[in-house]
Amino acid sequence: MINPYVPYPVRIDDIQIATEDKSLKTFKFVFLNKSDEEKFAYKAGQFAELSIPGKGEIPIGIASSPVEKGFVMFTVFKAGVVTSHLHNMKVGDIMGIRGPLGNWYPWDILEGKNIFIIGGGFAFTTLRSSIVYMLDPANRKKFGTIDVVYGARTPGMLLYKDELIAWGKRDDIRMHLTIDREAPDWKYHVGMGPNIAEKVGPKGDDNTYAIACGPPIMIKFTLPVLEKLGFSHDHIILSLENRMKCGIGMCGRCNIGKELVCKDGPVFTLAEINQTPREY
Amino acid sequence: MKVIKIDKKKWAEGLNKLRAAYQLIGPVKKDTYHDFQVLDKDQLPDFDFLNTRMSPKSIAFPQSEVMLQYSLDEAKEDHHIMKEVQKDASPRAVFGIRPCDAKALMLVKLNFDTSDYKDPYWIQAYEASTLIGMACDNPSSTCFCTSTGCGPYNEEGLDVLMVDIGDHYLAKIISKKGEELLEKAGWKTSADDPSLIEKKKSQSEAKITSAVETKNLKDKTILDLYEAPFWEDISFSCLNCGTCTYVCPTCWCFDIQDEAHGKKGVRMRNWDSCMFPLFTLHTTGHNPRETKVHRVRQRFMHKLKYFMDKYDKGIMCVGCGRCIRLCPVNIDIRTVCDKMNNFKASC
Repeated sequence: MINPYVPYPVRIDDIQIATEDKSLKTFKFVFLNKSDEEKFAYKAGQFAELSIPGKGEIPIGIASSPVEKGFVMFTVFKAGVVTSHLHNMKVGDIMGIRGPLGNWYPWDILEGKNIFIIGGGFAFTTLRSSIVYMLDPANRKKFGTIDVVYGARTPGMLLYKDELIAWGKRDDIRMHLTIDREAPDWKYHVGMGPNIAEKVGPKGDDNTYAIACGPPIMIKFTLPVLEKLGFSHDHIILSLENRMKCGIGMCGRCNIGKELVCKDGPVFTLAEINQTPREY
Repeated sequence: MKVIKIDKKKWAEGLNKLRAAYQLIGPVKKDTYHDFQVLDKDQLPDFDFLNTRMSPKSIAFPQSEVMLQYSLDEAKEDHHIMKEVQKDASPRAVFGIRPCDAKALMLVKLNFDTSDYKDPYWIQAYEASTLIGMACDNPSSTCFCTSTGCGPYNEEGLDVLMVDIGDHYLAKIISKKGEELLEKAGWKTSADDPSLIEKKKSQSEAKITSAVETKNLKDKTILDLYEAPFWEDISFSCLNCGTCTYVCPTCWCFDIQDEAHGKKGVRMRNWDSCMFPLFTLHTTGHNPRETKVHRVRQRFMHKLKYFMDKYDKGIMCVGCGRCIRLCPVNIDIRTVCDKMNNFKASC
């Protein structure tokens, strides 16, 4: 019997400060046992429990992409006991990763479709994973147009900025970066994400899916925009967060109605969420 | 199915024979109530109770248990690598478990033994256990098992069902595991009149007059029930003490916590409760079930609606009545169930 509570041992291989306020850091981990990397085969949209002996575990979306090999990457906001401890750890330290957990963006359905990604703040991790996956030379032809609206308070609060700028120069993805207020040398959009989405977003139709990930306030204002653009509720894909412990659907706390966010989610369509109590 | 007669004079002798092969667990009187515990050498289970105060769910799901261990000593080669704790998986025999509590274990199994993930701690302990049930002849006023798909002589989840006939017990063999246990105890005499069990069964069932109605629950939508107007009323007196969840044989929620002392540490799991605000509190301070109305509703919706919709195995309640007896403010799941079952959403 495989014990789903035992994490794979990993070593911290790299730590980068991810935002100008230093509240987020990006960690790259390598598996101590090479074979564990294969067992950890994941899809964009899944999460894992970062497991620190003596401190506890924290569920975090996987920021690296299935097409990137040799490491797994997570961008973590310093918030509670475990994440604060993680922020103080150093390259070479040993800890654990348990996963991959949860479902993923429905890649089988998304194939052949136009994709509209709307991200806000530091909820861009699994969206980065998705974009890297779709832009991979082996995958790009499987998708139609790709539009990305990504907003943050300031330019320095955008995650993965170098990549964002590099994607902006490509002709097979349309990047629409935005910040809340004017800033010196900023040459992209200014304004709240949902407002920009309304201006630049593709029209919703059977062949176009929207994936939105961001703080609750962003989601709240994004949903009416998507409706206005013509997206039906089963074409709007969201990723939820709730307090979790086990990550495998057993400990009982993360449910919204009969759905467990950790196992039946975290990815749901708006149509599915409409059928559940909004306890997230 | 085969029924064995156990002379009460041979009861202690048989149990003593079993001690070599099994760890014996049974109800024991403590102060004013009974609870299950590991029996000491020569100690006999005491069957003089209506039901135990705590359910025997802890046989497979202890209130607190160590899952993983690790060393934080960087001088050690395997420091900070989490390892599974080896558990005692030796056979244990649980005597005197009520049919309702045995059925409850079957419901809890749906959570811990799934096609996607297996909880090795629960499954190992459950599989190591042989459950020897004791049929109920004196149900209490809070028992309503007959309307929850269970009953005082229900056999689901049991390996043997024992019935008290005065100077002897009748032991109905339900599984291979149960048959082996009876053989090891040396109880081999076939019963002269196994039909006594059926007779006593109907007598006992007739004594259970308390019931819940659940037949309309399936057809109602989760959202209609969730938004029903009665939750404020139901939860008004609730203290969020969590007693109902701790004594419930079907409540399985747990927390995972690390405990480290010096250079050694363990990862534990402890019972948790949907009654506690911390259960769902996000690190941001946001709590999706921030009021007790949310939490009380969660408990009843999980038991009487979410579980039913998810597994199609009826409600997640076996009618043992513990939460009714022990609730300090008299919240009664039967009343709540009736309210839900009779609720008509206004459209």
